[in-house]
Amino acid sequence: MSTDDPGDRVRPWHDEKLRGVIAACVTLGFAVGVYGISFGVASIGSGATIAQTCVISLLVFTGASQFSAVGVLADGGTPLAAFGGAAVLAARNGVYGFAMASRLDGGLATRMLAAQWTIDETTAMAAAQDDRRHGQWAFWITGASVYVFWNAGTLIGALIGSAIDPETFGLDAAFPAAFVAMLWPLLRERRHLRAAAVGALVCLVLTPFTPVGVPILCATAGIAMGLREDDDR
Amino acid sequence: MSWTFVFVLAGAAYAFKFLGLVVVGGRTLPPALDRCLALIPSALIAAITVANTFGNGQHLQIDARAAGVGVAVVAAWRRLPLIVVIVLGAAATAVVRALT
Repeated sequence: MSTDDPGDRVRPWHDEKLRGVIAACVTLGFAVGVYGISFGVASIGSGATIAQTCVISLLVFTGASQFSAVGVLADGGTPLAAFGGAAVLAARNGVYGFAMASRLDGGLATRMLAAQWTIDETTAMAAAQDDRRHGQWAFWITGASVYVFWNAGTLIGALIGSAIDPETFGLDAAFPAAFVAMLWPLLRERRHLRAAAVGALVCLVLTPFTPVGVPILCATAGIAMGLREDDDR
Repeated sequence: MSWTFVFVLAGAAYAFKFLGLVVVGGRTLPPALDRCLALIPSALIAAITVANTFGNGQHLQIDARAAGVGVAVVAAWRRLPLIVVIVLGAAATAVVRALT
């Protein structure tokens, strides 16, 4: 699909811009891994075993859903309530997948693997690149690095159990801080800025009135800002 | 926690990813829809950011996280590297939380 892209002929290790992208993706994975530790701790706290905690991170692999699920169980919620909130949060990965589909090369097997890695971080890092080739590198490197670090962090956290309190170290702010850094380059385009503003506003307004997870899904309304053809920049 | 819960959640999570990327995705779309889909990360990540910053279940509150994310915004605006933005955001949150 991108055979006419002269960038394809540049060897990856000679591409300074790509090295920057890879460094950013691996750094992000490491940061997510630190947060994976707190998932491991939280999951053990909700009554899961070490094996269950690790299998959740390996198979579910979407942080917000995982935190939501163990959070509801820890608060004494029913498995059905825990599943509902987590599924609503997981639904947005389907929306990400739809957006990423035309931006990734590869056949069915490649796409089935890509699907497992279609999450906030990979979509954001891919979208932050200004050309298709770097976008694909960003997707795969971020996916691999987040997968490795998230699962390693989960195991460490599960083993530590409740020995550390993530909030003492401000780790609950690590996710939004990372998202701010990822979002920032996109917001230079006015259309993205409008979409982000609408998304954030919808989420804030709906939070007191709807179940956890629903406001974030409804924030998808922000994409309507793309209907206008004018003022691209 | 039951293993059934673990596997049902895993199945649902993958089903959404698979549906979006493999089943529905990869089709040629009208330009307006394409422009809209390109805005998904901006709209959703902005929402997740405010939810993680101000949300506590169904309540909104301003606490130490807001200070940390505020510091992260300044760091991102100064174009500091991602890891620095994250560390500054977490550190500011931890300090404000310890002081209040």
